[in-house]
Amino acid sequence: MRPSTFTRRLQYWLSVALGLVLAIVPLPEWLGPVRPDLALLAIIYWILASPRIAGLGYAWLAGLFLDVLRGMTLGQHALGFLLVAFLTHRAQLRMRMFPILHQAGAVMLLLAAYHFVIFWTDGLTGHGYTGWNRWLPVLSGALLWPLIVAAGDTLTRRSR
Amino acid sequence: MVELSHDSRPIIGRGPPLGATFLTLALASVALMVADKRYDQLAQVRGWLSAAAYPVQVAVDLPFRAWGWVTDSFADRSRLRRENLELTARLRLANLQLQRFAALEDENRRLRDMRENSAGVADRVLVASIMNVDLDPFRHRVLVDKGARDGVFKGQAVLDADGIFGQVAQVHVETAEVILVTDAEHAIPVQSNRSGLRTIGVGTGDSGRLSLPFVTVESDLKTGDLLISTGIGGVFPRGYPVAEVTRVDRNPAATFALVDARPTSSLDRNREVLLVWFTPPAAPLEAPADMPATTEAAPAAAPPTAAPSGASAGAAPAAAPEPQP
Repeated sequence: MRPSTFTRRLQYWLSVALGLVLAIVPLPEWLGPVRPDLALLAIIYWILASPRIAGLGYAWLAGLFLDVLRGMTLGQHALGFLLVAFLTHRAQLRMRMFPILHQAGAVMLLLAAYHFVIFWTDGLTGHGYTGWNRWLPVLSGALLWPLIVAAGDTLTRRSR
Repeated sequence: MVELSHDSRPIIGRGPPLGATFLTLALASVALMVADKRYDQLAQVRGWLSAAAYPVQVAVDLPFRAWGWVTDSFADRSRLRRENLELTARLRLANLQLQRFAALEDENRRLRDMRENSAGVADRVLVASIMNVDLDPFRHRVLVDKGARDGVFKGQAVLDADGIFGQVAQVHVETAEVILVTDAEHAIPVQSNRSGLRTIGVGTGDSGRLSLPFVTVESDLKTGDLLISTGIGGVFPRGYPVAEVTRVDRNPAATFALVDARPTSSLDRNREVLLVWFTPPAAPLEAPADMPATTEAAPAAAPPTAAPSGASAGAAPAAAPEPQP
């Protein structure tokens, strides 16, 4: 039996919302820069798992909300999230066939694109922190990808 | 491998095409950024959105606050006794110093009255606590639990027990965002307590370091000097400690010395901070006549400075975003 579209939609919204909350939970200072972008990983996962439910609009809104939560220039994360969602949509048919490590590599590229957007817009608006450790979330996110997939698949299989 | 959990047919033919949605929303984001940063047009929108964000921030903050409350209420007797003793000792010391300061303050006020310059002494303070919410790890900003409702305004000075902490960068209804003196976007006019040398302390993005880029090689500044706020610019009250000079590197061939300072206030672990209202310097002798009269206008204004270089004006606007090349 198929779960209703509504259940899926709810799972998608809630998991991304959880990712957004986890984006501002305080971490020890040394761990702060490593924090993976869980909301974005959730969005990538759901675009691959249910492309007709996970569209661009919600990804954009989630990014906008992250801008507000973090007090950044409105639109920075929105643009980054939107770009990643768009690229994932374009590549979803191929990406779904990749073996998991290969997929993690693709996710790393997506995250790099996202962080480049943030870095770029940061530079334009005058923040421009140029240390190497601002790219750490790209790595930690890619390393976390297999876990995200495992968790997501467990969730979707249980509610099937 | 991701399992396809729902319909896998491409979304073509359903709703607007992907590319068009992408383009529309991308343009919307760019428009938002420009409106927000260049024209400062989105205060209203940001207000609504941050009202939506407030419950989330409270929810994140709550467990930590509850934990603090639990550890406080179940603290054992010996620890409380120890703390009590420590505090009593510190209070005694502080009272002793206060007695001396009272006389000094009187004298100071008399002298200032003679100069008709009652440069900002803090009138009223409000204690705010820092919320347990992580903003961007590379920008030194914190969220405090007082906002427009408590009369907090943009550009308000924020102090803590040991010195100047930062200033309010963004006011929401219930919360406010404070930019720390060490944020790479922040600059504060300072003065050496020993030699009276005036210059500007610029944040580095490193939580233990301020940089003083406009100190000439010949100027009288050495390691261990206490830097205090000058009150120029009207944002910060005058005479509060800001940082202590940790390094002065003079290269005779260069114009400016490399000077670093360590902020006196404990920026990374403070729990409570003070929001300060003060009368801005009425007629500071050093400032030009077109000084902003209200503190609200102050953060955007470049602190007029007696620093040795005209170049400082570019770096000086505290918290005013300057697009960098």
